[in-house]
Amino acid sequence: MSDPILVSTIPDFHILYPENVHQDERPGYTGFIVQSPFLLEFAKAIRDDWGYDFLTSVTAVDFFPETFEVVYHLFRSLGGGVLTFKVVLPRENPKIDSLYNIFPGSELQEREVYDMYGIVFVNHPDLRRILLWEGFAGWPLRKDWKEAYFEEESKPFSSRWPNGEAVRSESANPFHANLKYPPGFDPEKWIPDGEDALYMGLKQPENSDGMNTDYMIVNLGPQHPSTHGVFRMAALVDGETVVDLKPVVGYLHRNHEKIGERNTYLQNMPFTDRIDYINAMSNNFGYALAVEKLMGIKPPERAEYIRVIMAELSRIQSHFMVTGFLLNDLGAFFTPALYALKERELILDIFEEVSGSRMMCNYFRFGGLARDLPEGVLKKIHDLAFNRLPRKIDEMDELLTENEIVTARCKGIGILSAERAIALSAVGPILRASGVPYDIRRADPYSIYDRFDFDVIVRYHGDIYDRYLVRIEEMRESARILQQAIKQIPEGPIFEGKSQYQVKVPPGESYGRVEGPRGELGFYVVSNGQPNPVRYHIRAPSFINLTGLQEMCRNEKIADAVAILGSIDIVLGEVDR
Amino acid sequence: MGIRGIIKGLGITFKHLFETYSEDLKQGPDRYKTAEGIQDRLSADTKGIFTVQYPEEKIPVPEAFRYIPFLIYDELEGGERDIRCTSCGICAKVCPPQCIWITRSVNPETGRPIPKPEKFFIDIDICMNCGYCAEYCPFEAIRMDHDYEIAGFDRMNHHIYDMEKLLKPASYYAKTHPVQYAEEETARLEKEAKKAAAQAAKAA
Repeated sequence: MSDPILVSTIPDFHILYPENVHQDERPGYTGFIVQSPFLLEFAKAIRDDWGYDFLTSVTAVDFFPETFEVVYHLFRSLGGGVLTFKVVLPRENPKIDSLYNIFPGSELQEREVYDMYGIVFVNHPDLRRILLWEGFAGWPLRKDWKEAYFEEESKPFSSRWPNGEAVRSESANPFHANLKYPPGFDPEKWIPDGEDALYMGLKQPENSDGMNTDYMIVNLGPQHPSTHGVFRMAALVDGETVVDLKPVVGYLHRNHEKIGERNTYLQNMPFTDRIDYINAMSNNFGYALAVEKLMGIKPPERAEYIRVIMAELSRIQSHFMVTGFLLNDLGAFFTPALYALKERELILDIFEEVSGSRMMCNYFRFGGLARDLPEGVLKKIHDLAFNRLPRKIDEMDELLTENEIVTARCKGIGILSAERAIALSAVGPILRASGVPYDIRRADPYSIYDRFDFDVIVRYHGDIYDRYLVRIEEMRESARILQQAIKQIPEGPIFEGKSQYQVKVPPGESYGRVEGPRGELGFYVVSNGQPNPVRYHIRAPSFINLTGLQEMCRNEKIADAVAILGSIDIVLGEVDR
Repeated sequence: MGIRGIIKGLGITFKHLFETYSEDLKQGPDRYKTAEGIQDRLSADTKGIFTVQYPEEKIPVPEAFRYIPFLIYDELEGGERDIRCTSCGICAKVCPPQCIWITRSVNPETGRPIPKPEKFFIDIDICMNCGYCAEYCPFEAIRMDHDYEIAGFDRMNHHIYDMEKLLKPASYYAKTHPVQYAEEETARLEKEAKKAAAQAAKAA
C-alpha cells in the first residue's frame, strides 16, 4: 500500500540544447521556452529520446500587449509529472509549426487555439474554426477582443446599478448592435463555405475493386438522439461502411474560458460545475487543485478525505450513467439506462445533502470545502459503499456483460491500438481499454490517493466492449477506495481559518489535473497577482478524446459509429465549453 | 450465438418488476403518499420502483439545499421589521453572474448613508444558485431559499425580485434551516452575553 512511488525527474533540456531551449525563469513559472524554429526538432527529440510520448494539452496565453505564448503540456505514458514548454510568438501575424505529424492528438486542440487566438499552425491538415462559425469576427480569447454585452474588463462590475437603478440584461437586445461581422462580410449574401471545407476534408480512398460505386455523405446530428446533445458527425459512407468521418462541435459553445478570465478566482468555481455537468465534483477538484498549487496551500486532512469520497462517488455515478446510455445507443431502450439512473439518484441525494445541489455542486473551496458533512450523511455513504453499490454493480455486470447482443455489437468494434491511443492523446477508460495502464491517481498522485489500495484497470483489445468492462471494473475499484476512505476519515476542521471571498493568488502558472471519469481533466491557470486570472484553460477530456473518433470509426458500419461515440462518453458541455 | 446471457438479463429485469409488486404487498398502502414511504424509497435498501410521484408526493429538501436567495428580517414588537442587511455589498461583489443590485439608504436630513438597503434587487433570471451570497454574508442577512416552485407564466415582468419580494422573517429561516439557525443563534447569544459581561465589568 505504501510502496514508494517513483517520480521521474524532468531532464535539463536547457543544458542539452543550450542555443534553442531556455528555462522559464519568471517567478512562479516552470518548464522551458523553446525557440520557434526549433519546435519540431525538439518535439521529436522529447518523444523519441526522452519518452515524453503523450501530448496532453495545447493552449495559448495572450500576454497583452507584448506576445502570445503557445503552451504545451506533455507526460510520459509510463507515469510521472508533467513537462511544460512554451513557444513565444509575436502578436502580429503569429505563426507556428503544427505538431500534427509528431503528435496527431494535437489536431483538434490546435484548431481550437487557432479559433480562439488566430495563431496559424503551419502544415496542419485541416485548420478551420472549430468551436465558432466561419462568419465570426475576431479572435475571442485575445485580450483586446470584446464580446457582445461587454460591460467591464473584470468582475466585480461597478456599472450594474447606474444612478441606483437596476438595468436588466433583457434591455441589451442582441439583435441591435451586438453582432459583429468580419470586414466585407454581408450575411445576406453569404454562402456558407464551411460545409464545403468540411466535406472536402473527408478522404475518398482509391477505388480498388474496379466497380463504379459512389460515396455518400451522411450527417448524423446535430439533433440526433444518439449524440448525447448537440453534436454532429459528417460521415463519408460506402454503402453501410464508414470510409471517413469528422466530428463537428461547438453548438453549445459559450466561451467558458473568456468568462473565466473576467471572473475572480472564486467566482469560477460554480462555473466549473457547468463544464462537465454530469460530475461537478471532479471539475471542482481539478480547479481547486490548480489554484491551490499556485497559492501554495493544502486543505486539512478531513477535507482531503471528503474530497476523495465525493470524487469517487462522482466517478461511480458517471460510469453508471455512461454504461446505461451506451446500451441505449445499442438499442436496449432505457431499461439499463434507468437501472443506472436509479443508483445515480441515490448518489445525487448525497451530493444534494452535502453541497446543496444535485448537479451544480460548487462544493470545493481553495484550501478546503464549503461545509462539513451534515449529520447522518456518512452513514448513508457507508450504506452505499459497503452494501448497495457493490451489489448493484454486480447486477449491472450480470445484466449486460454476457448478453449476446451486447457482445455481438461491441466486441472488435471501434478498435484503437495502444500506440494510436497514446498518439491521439486519448485518456481515461479509452486509453486503459487499449492496454495502457495510465491513471493519474497512480501515475502522478494528487491529493491523498497515494494512501489507498486500488488497482488500475486495464484491458487490451481497445474495442467498445473493453471500454465498457474497464468502466464496470473501475466502479468496483472506486467502491473499494470509498470503503477505505470511510474507515480512515478523521475528525477535524474542513477549512483552516475562515473562507475568504477574495483570495490572494501570487503571480505564476499552474496546471492541476485529476483523473476524472472521462480521463485527464486539467486546469491551466495563469495569474499575474490580480484578482482575476490572466488565463483559465480547461483541458477537456471528452473533447480531446474525440480526436480518435475518426480512426475508431473508419471501416466500421454506420450503426457502429453511434455505439463508438457512446463508448467515448462525451459530455457536450465539456466538448464545446 | 447462444441466448444464455439474454435469458439471465431477462431474469434480472423480471426481478425488478416483481420486486415492485412484492414491496407493494409487503408495505401496503403506506408505501405511497406518506413521509415514511418516501424516506424508504430514498434509502439505500429500497427495492422495486422508486419514483416519487411529484406533485402528489414531494421529496423533503435537505437543509443545505439552495435555490433563490432571500433577505432576512427580525420581527420586532409591534410588527416592525428589522432588516439584517447593512448594504455592505459583499454579496454583490462575490456574485459570479453579478445579479445583485443594492442601493444604500441615505438619511434625508444629513445626507449621510445609513447602513440599511433602500433598494435591493436580484435578477433571478441570471442567478445561478451558487450560494456564495449566503456563504460570505457577514451579517447572516441573506440565505438560500428552499421554495423551488416559482414557475410563472411570463418572461419579462416578475423576474427582478425587489426587496418586498425578497424579505422573509427570521422565523421562516428557522423553519427551513433549523440546524444552521440554532448554531447562529447560540453564537449570537454567546457574543451578546460576553458583551454584557464586559460592560458589567466596566460598570463595576
